[in-house]
Amino acid sequence: MTTLPDTTAPGQAKLGLVIDLDTCVGCQACAVACKEWNTQGYHAPLTDEDPYGADPIGVWLNRVHGYESGEGPTARTVHFPRSCLHCENAACVTVCPTGASYKRESDGIVLVNPDTCIGCKLCSWACPYGAREYDYRDGVMKKCTLCIDRIYNQHLEPEDRQPACVRACPTGARHFGDLGDRDSAVSRLVSERGGYDLLPELGYRPVNKYLPPRSMIEAAPTEPPPALAPIGPGDGSLVENFFAWVDRVL
Amino acid sequence: MHPAYSVIMFSTLSGAGYGLLALAALAGASHGPASSFAFGALVMTMGLGLVTIGLLASMFHLGHPERAWRAISQWRSSWLSREGVMALVTYVPAMVFGWLWLDPASPPLAIRIAGLMLALMCALTVVCTAMIYAALPTIRQWRQPLVLPVYLVMAVATGAALLLAIATPYGRGAAVLAGIAVLALLAAAALKLWYWHAIDNQPRDLTIGMATGLPEPVRQWEQAHTARNFVMQEMGYHVGRRHARRLRRIVVVLLGCAAILALPALILGGGIGAAVAAVLSAVATLAGTLIERWLFFAEAEHVSSLYYGSARV
Repeated sequence: MTTLPDTTAPGQAKLGLVIDLDTCVGCQACAVACKEWNTQGYHAPLTDEDPYGADPIGVWLNRVHGYESGEGPTARTVHFPRSCLHCENAACVTVCPTGASYKRESDGIVLVNPDTCIGCKLCSWACPYGAREYDYRDGVMKKCTLCIDRIYNQHLEPEDRQPACVRACPTGARHFGDLGDRDSAVSRLVSERGGYDLLPELGYRPVNKYLPPRSMIEAAPTEPPPALAPIGPGDGSLVENFFAWVDRVL
Repeated sequence: MHPAYSVIMFSTLSGAGYGLLALAALAGASHGPASSFAFGALVMTMGLGLVTIGLLASMFHLGHPERAWRAISQWRSSWLSREGVMALVTYVPAMVFGWLWLDPASPPLAIRIAGLMLALMCALTVVCTAMIYAALPTIRQWRQPLVLPVYLVMAVATGAALLLAIATPYGRGAAVLAGIAVLALLAAAALKLWYWHAIDNQPRDLTIGMATGLPEPVRQWEQAHTARNFVMQEMGYHVGRRHARRLRRIVVVLLGCAAILALPALILGGGIGAAVAAVLSAVATLAGTLIERWLFFAEAEHVSSLYYGSARV
C-alpha cells in the first residue's frame, strides 16, 4: 500500500542517518562500502554497464559531492554525501502506482520491492534529492535500504549491525540511529550541533539530518599564539661551545 | 527532464483519442444515432484505436511491462494508478455508447445518457494524465495551475481536428465541427502562450545553497562521479532548452495553420477541397501537439539538478 504510515505517534521509530559535514573528508569510502554491500545483498546486483569502457554508467545508492561555500575568510570546501533521506512525507511512495515503493510502519525505512516494481520511474521524478537510481538492466528502481540486511542481522557482530556506509566512515562523520527517540545519541547530536533538513520548504520532512560545518572563525583561538622564545647566546656550557665550534668549522 | 518518447506518444495519442471520443459522444448526446454506420464506425475505431495505441506506447516506458497490471492497485494515492484505472474503465462506456450510437433504432435518451457518461469519463482520464505531472512538487514547470487546462484543451483540439477530418468528406455538420476545432485550436495556442509566459516570469527560487543548506554562495567544485548516472540523464536534460524559443514558435504556428486549414470546412461546409484541408489540419494539430509535449519535458527543470551544480531552478 503506497499510502504513508502515520509517523506522528509518540515513540514512533524513525531510523536514519546523521551526516556531519564538518568532519566528512570526501574519501568516498561510504559510497564504495555501500556499493560493495548492496551489490551482493537486498538489491543484488547494482548493475554497472561498460564498467571498464569509455562510457561507464552504474547504479550507486550513495554519492559524495564537493561544494564551495561562502566568501572571504569564511569560504570553505564541503564534502557532501547524498543518499535517500527516508522522508516522513515521501512523495516517491505515494506516487507509486503498484505499491512496490513503500515506507515501513515499524521503523520508517523507505524501500522498493524489486519483484513488483514496474520501472515507471515516477518515484525518481517525485524525489527532490535525486536519491533513487534506475537500474537500466534490471528494469527496476533502486535506492538506499539503510542496510536492512545488516541492521537487524543477528548473524553479524553487534558493532556491524549498522549501515555499511556508517561502518566504513574513517572520520566518524556518519551516525546511524533512531531519530524518533528524542534521547537517542543521534537526536542529541542533532540538537547540540544544529542539525538541519535538506529543502524543508518542499515539505518532504526528511528523517536524515545534516550537521553544518563548524565556523572556522569561531573555532580559531582568539588569543594569538605565544611567541617562540628567541634564540640568544647560550649558557656557555662545554657542550654548547663544542657545537658552536662544529657549526663554525662546517 | 529527459523527454520520454513513449510517454510523449502516449499523452498525445490518448489525448487525441479521448478528445475524439468525447466530441463524438457529445454529438450523439445532442443529435441521436450516427448519421451513417460507416462514419460512426470510423470515428469509434479511430478514437478507441488511438487510445489503445497510446496505452500500448506507454508500456514501452516501463522496465517491466508484463507487470503493468499491478499499476491499477494504488488509486488511493497515485495519479498514475488513477490514470490507469480510468483508462480501463472508460472502455466500458465507450463500447456501450458505440453500440447504441451505431444503431439507428437506439432510443435517443439511451444514447444521450451513454454519451454524457463517455464524455465525462474521457475528461476525467485526461485530468488524471495531467495530474501525474501537475502533482509533482519537484518540477516547477509542471506544478502549474495551467497544466490541467492545457491538457484538457489540447485533447479537445486534437480530437476536434480529427473528427473534422473524418466528418468533412461526409458533409455532415462539418461547419459546426470546424467552428469547434478553430475555437479549440486557438484556445490551445493561447493557453500555451499563457503557460510559457507564466513559467518564464516565475522566479527560480530554489538555489543550490538551499538544496545543500550551506552558506551562500555555493557552487559545485567537484563532481560526485566522473561518469554520467541515471539522475543526470533523466533529470538533467539540457539539449531542448537551447531550441526552446524556436520550437515554441513552431508549436504556435502549427496550431494556427491547423485553425486556418479548418476554415474551408467552416465556410464551405464540405467538398473535396475542404476535406483535404481538414486532413492537413489534423496532421498539423498532431505534429504541433507532439512538439508541445516534447517541450513540456525538455523545458522542465528538476530540483535534484541543484545537487549536480545548477545554480537555481
